[in-house]
Amino acid sequence: MNLTRRNFFRLAGAAGAAAAIKEKPAYAWQSKAPPDPYGCLVDLTRCIGCRKCEAACNRVNLLPPPDVSFDDQRVLDEKRRPDERTYTVINRYYSGKTDDRDQLIPTFVKVQCMHCQDPACVSACIVGALSKKENGAVHYDVSKCIGCRYCMVACPFEIPAYDYHNPLTPEVRKCTFCYERISEQGGRPGCAAICPVEAITFGKRSTLLQLAKDRIKKNPAVYTDRIYGEKEAGGTSWLYISAVPFEKTGFIPVPSEPLPKRSESIQHSLFSYLWSPIALYGILGGIMWTSGKKGAGEKQAPGGEK
Amino acid sequence: MTEHSPCPVQAKFWTPGVVLLAFLTGCGAVAAAARFIGGIGYVSHLSTARPWGLWIGVDVASGVALAAGGFSTAALAHIFGRHQYEPVVRPALLTAMLGYTFVVLGLLVDIGRSWAIWKPVFNWNLNSVLFEVAMCVMIYLHVLYIEFIPIVAEQFKGKVRIPGPLSALNPLIEKLLTVADAVLDKIMWIFIIAGVVLSCMHQSSLGSLMLIAPTKLHPLWYTPILPLLFLTSAFAVGYPMVVFETTVITSSLTLDSEMEILTPLTRITIFLLGLYMLLKIGDMLYRGSYVYLLDGNAQSNSFLAEMIFGVILPWCFLLSEKIRKSRRGLFITCAMIVGGVVLNRINVFLVGYRPPLTQTAYFPSIGEILVTVGLISCLMLVYRAAVTYLPILNASRKEVQV
Repeated sequence: MNLTRRNFFRLAGAAGAAAAIKEKPAYAWQSKAPPDPYGCLVDLTRCIGCRKCEAACNRVNLLPPPDVSFDDQRVLDEKRRPDERTYTVINRYYSGKTDDRDQLIPTFVKVQCMHCQDPACVSACIVGALSKKENGAVHYDVSKCIGCRYCMVACPFEIPAYDYHNPLTPEVRKCTFCYERISEQGGRPGCAAICPVEAITFGKRSTLLQLAKDRIKKNPAVYTDRIYGEKEAGGTSWLYISAVPFEKTGFIPVPSEPLPKRSESIQHSLFSYLWSPIALYGILGGIMWTSGKKGAGEKQAPGGEK
Repeated sequence: MTEHSPCPVQAKFWTPGVVLLAFLTGCGAVAAAARFIGGIGYVSHLSTARPWGLWIGVDVASGVALAAGGFSTAALAHIFGRHQYEPVVRPALLTAMLGYTFVVLGLLVDIGRSWAIWKPVFNWNLNSVLFEVAMCVMIYLHVLYIEFIPIVAEQFKGKVRIPGPLSALNPLIEKLLTVADAVLDKIMWIFIIAGVVLSCMHQSSLGSLMLIAPTKLHPLWYTPILPLLFLTSAFAVGYPMVVFETTVITSSLTLDSEMEILTPLTRITIFLLGLYMLLKIGDMLYRGSYVYLLDGNAQSNSFLAEMIFGVILPWCFLLSEKIRKSRRGLFITCAMIVGGVVLNRINVFLVGYRPPLTQTAYFPSIGEILVTVGLISCLMLVYRAAVTYLPILNASRKEVQV
């Protein structure tokens, strides 16, 4: 390309002017959330901790057999997290509430990927291996993944796990929202389909929000007036309602602003159309030219000299 | 304009120090081999809660920061026309070139699918800060290699003598070197400016990486101006790093100390480090994060250490002309600044990173430490070999003919 110094400055000048004009309407971040996604409503007042959802998840996702059988309730004595072989776990909490016979009432909490509306992992992923699908699933495409694990850094719920013991072809592992199953007519995620007490309701997120509000309204004495996932991280496809305050059952506070908003806003206002690098290139080129002329009166910039 | 004549160092190569470096490199190679046989989990303490550890905090983030001497000296000598600083441009360029090469080697160990490292070139996610960092690092690495070609050409042009069966290639390589040297002489300015622009882009974006994790990074470090702080600290550490390594290499090879260049060079650092210090303290006051200063936990102590010993004290030292003119004083001051920036990167990526759910502490495993130490040793070894065979370092002053 014949990029002479004069042309180059013209280009840089034009870019600078364009950048100056652009400055007025500052970059406005827009949510990329799908308009009408599916979701799941988990009603913690219904869950009996039977772990059938864990077993179903293991089966439909063809995961390796567990160390301890899914019928063994003793695993509930410890708090567990999903890992590379387990996409969902049930944890048991005692909030201090007791029944008529002074027995502590347990609350069981299902943990899996929340399938955020504007997922931090999707924004972070260097190659776009993670994507938010129209049906609500945060989908992982291993064929693009390089294993940088930035998604794991970004996720506020600490969900994605990694095949740390696979030397060459490790994968990021997390709940898939049974993407293939829910893509079919009438399909439901494995866990929601098996739940014997209908603690997990699968449906459109908007419908589920309404359902959750109705349940809280009908039974204000039972439920705490909050839907976890309605606002967290800008909204998640998975929603929870509970009788016990969420802080007491392992739910962490997450900002209601979508996590990608800040980093994407800064990144795009700095680098959209590469205006700042081009402007900087122009300025530095100008300085180099001036200092070169001052230095030796030479035509060529002093770059190549010895 | 000061003339200078870099030339290959005439010194014994296999000194005890070099042997030690070779040994440590070997240890690192063993640990790296274990990682590729047993997986990342076999040699490291990385987990779901702690996906990034020593390799990202030190090999990558600190490595990139300390390679800032390359672009900052090139900008000074070639863009701002301060040719008196030419003697430190080549060593700084070599450091940057090797630094970035080893950043990539470190990444190859750290990422799960090392063989897929090329995939970002074809799968763009323009929303990803890491994508921008990766593209800049990739292009900048090539720019650095291009900037290095004239040094190789200067040494081998007209005397390419590859022995053995490959000797048939000698005329071809000769021709390539001559052509490349002639062409680059005309267009090198393009790459020099590009190098500075690319550096500004990814040095700042390395700070933006953590902006997506507000609930994980401790408020002492989490600020929307993290990219600006990373950029200004890279500016600030560039020249002190040059002083640090120049002093180390000139004393170990008993060359001229170059103090007459280093002393004025660090005068610029008073301004650059001062700017970083003001931003850092101003940000802390503005956000009110000083309330965490006296918590007495790892985070607050590490932040205090970073600020006091890495920024404020060395800045005060730099104000004294006596210290700037003393070789030992300047070396200690610059070592503190370098240490401060490394500690800052470690703080942002390791100490200050506190996943809210899993509060188990992270400390790097022996395997992680061996890989990191091995990479740094190997870098120093290659540096030592490069200055032995290529015209990088200035000959002792007495031999320079002005």
